[in-house]
Amino acid sequence: MKQTNEFKLLGKKPTRHGFGEGLVVLGERYDNVIVLGGDITGSVMTSFFRDRFPERFFSIGVAEQNATTIAVGFALSGKIAFFSSYSAFAAFRNADQLRVSVCYNEANVKIGGGHSGITVGPDGATHQSLEEIAYLRTLPKMTLIVPCDYSQAKKATIAIGEMHGPAYIRFGRSAVPMFTTEDTEFEIGKADIYREGSDIAIIACGIMVWEALIAAEELNKRKGIKARVINCHTIKPIDIITIIDSAKLCGAIVTAEEHQIHGGLGAAVAEVVVKNYPVPIEFVGVRDSFGSSGEPEELMVKFGLTWKEIYASALRAIQRKEMGETQIRKVTDVDFFNE
Amino acid sequence: MELNIEFSQEIFENKRRQAEDFRPLATEIRRDIIKSLVLAKSGHSGGPLGIADVMAVLYFGAYMKYNPKNPKWEERDRFVLSAGHLCPVLYSVLARAGYFPIDELKTLRKYGSRLQGHPGIDMNLPGLEVSTGSLGQGISIAVGMAMSDKLVDKNNRKVFCLTGDGELQEGSCWEAAMAAANFKLDNLCWIVDNNDCQIDGRVRDVMSIYPLDKKFEAFNFDVINIDAHNYNEIIAALDKFIDNHKNKINKPTAIIAKSFMGKGVSFMEDDYNWHGIPPNPEQALKALEELSNT
Repeated sequence: MKQTNEFKLLGKKPTRHGFGEGLVVLGERYDNVIVLGGDITGSVMTSFFRDRFPERFFSIGVAEQNATTIAVGFALSGKIAFFSSYSAFAAFRNADQLRVSVCYNEANVKIGGGHSGITVGPDGATHQSLEEIAYLRTLPKMTLIVPCDYSQAKKATIAIGEMHGPAYIRFGRSAVPMFTTEDTEFEIGKADIYREGSDIAIIACGIMVWEALIAAEELNKRKGIKARVINCHTIKPIDIITIIDSAKLCGAIVTAEEHQIHGGLGAAVAEVVVKNYPVPIEFVGVRDSFGSSGEPEELMVKFGLTWKEIYASALRAIQRKEMGETQIRKVTDVDFFNE
Repeated sequence: MELNIEFSQEIFENKRRQAEDFRPLATEIRRDIIKSLVLAKSGHSGGPLGIADVMAVLYFGAYMKYNPKNPKWEERDRFVLSAGHLCPVLYSVLARAGYFPIDELKTLRKYGSRLQGHPGIDMNLPGLEVSTGSLGQGISIAVGMAMSDKLVDKNNRKVFCLTGDGELQEGSCWEAAMAAANFKLDNLCWIVDNNDCQIDGRVRDVMSIYPLDKKFEAFNFDVINIDAHNYNEIIAALDKFIDNHKNKINKPTAIIAKSFMGKGVSFMEDDYNWHGIPPNPEQALKALEELSNT
């Protein structure tokens, strides 16, 4: 079992670097990996692959619908076909193509959704995708991964290349904390416990995993509360066993994601918990609003995506756990609509 | 009214034929379409009947390399039905080619059938390459297949794709056209079923796509206009594509097949109301009678 202090800040690096480097590893391992560009190859780092394997890289231009379906054509011809663009376009402009052509065909197509979430920063709301987890996790056959840092993004990219079927990896633009290493375990569909504790379970994905680790440390220091921190990098298929186990062990849960609270990781966790072992859940995420221009760190504060919200939510969840069933109902309603 | 529907069991060979030799094949395909649709009690009549002549020549005129005994044969040419709703004609053609038992046409659109209302490869129907039904997507898939063949595997395989004409109102079709020309896909043959009919009416009234040939020419296709019911013209157009591919003209080919919806059944011909409905038993009997006299 991994303990807190195993994870130290190792510096900062964008997750998109991990994606770009992972693609090159795949290109070296497999002759049948091809990559399609959507005009922003430098931004999403498919340029690494393009420069290394120019004969297996194809520029499709600003045409996400076409690129996604062309990828299906390659996949049905025995290729491992990657396409990458910003999540704002790689999950929505091509939403129908993802549903019918990619997933219904169970095509071996991998989508790299870059510049995801609020931390795109100055580009503003149009480019800050905060909804795609909700959409993508409803698609049959889809695998959806939100890695927590650079190193995990690289591992996840390689892993989706090596599995069969549709997959989407969500990563970001700005430099974010690096804390996992090459030795940190990663397996699709298996949530990892990054810190052990039994008072509250914090289930996070993406950049919020690091915030969750800080929140856990602060809860321990200030209140003596022991938090279990779970990196739930695979949103689909979700790790039901680890979630139920955490609900039983801790009796209260906080979820944290750089995404709308509606339909995202929190909702996925809630679906599992409500059916199997109901306990209070608090949700940290963007609350039904669009993003805005600003610096990433500034926006994380403005939109309530820091360890402080996780910390406060943990206290609230523990309070609800202690108040019992009848009180929980009252508090939940008021709590939700007032916030 | 109860109908006793039986299918003939004739398998069609894929070989060079004289123009008029395709007529009985197309008629049998049309009979299959009527029979499977009346049993299904729902589905699209007009489009499949209208493109039956082109499909007969394409599948049974030695233009495509395929092997029903080995559906996944690596050297096969591929056909993508971008206009997925036309699947009754594809199912008939695949059955007549010998991919699966002809009597399976009785199961069209039924629960558990491999003959889904729109083609779905999850049912593992032999000969079916890809699931389609959301318009505009199949042609991009065909472009991806042709790219994979020509640019990565560098083989001699060909990709055929059939779209409707109303389908061309989907903007992504033109993204596909742009890419097909950009990548010089002379191994791609795009056939447009131009019956000028869609659910709401005439294509020219609902949202004009014309002039179609000039559009494809502007996108740098080799464009061939044909009468979709004239076997000589269908043969000539497909011969031209084969030559284009052989001669590596570095351009994709577009065959604009001017057709009549419902062709072969007098009361359906050129009537857009037959886009998305099946014949009832009386209509089916009448249609089959007409189709036995062709």
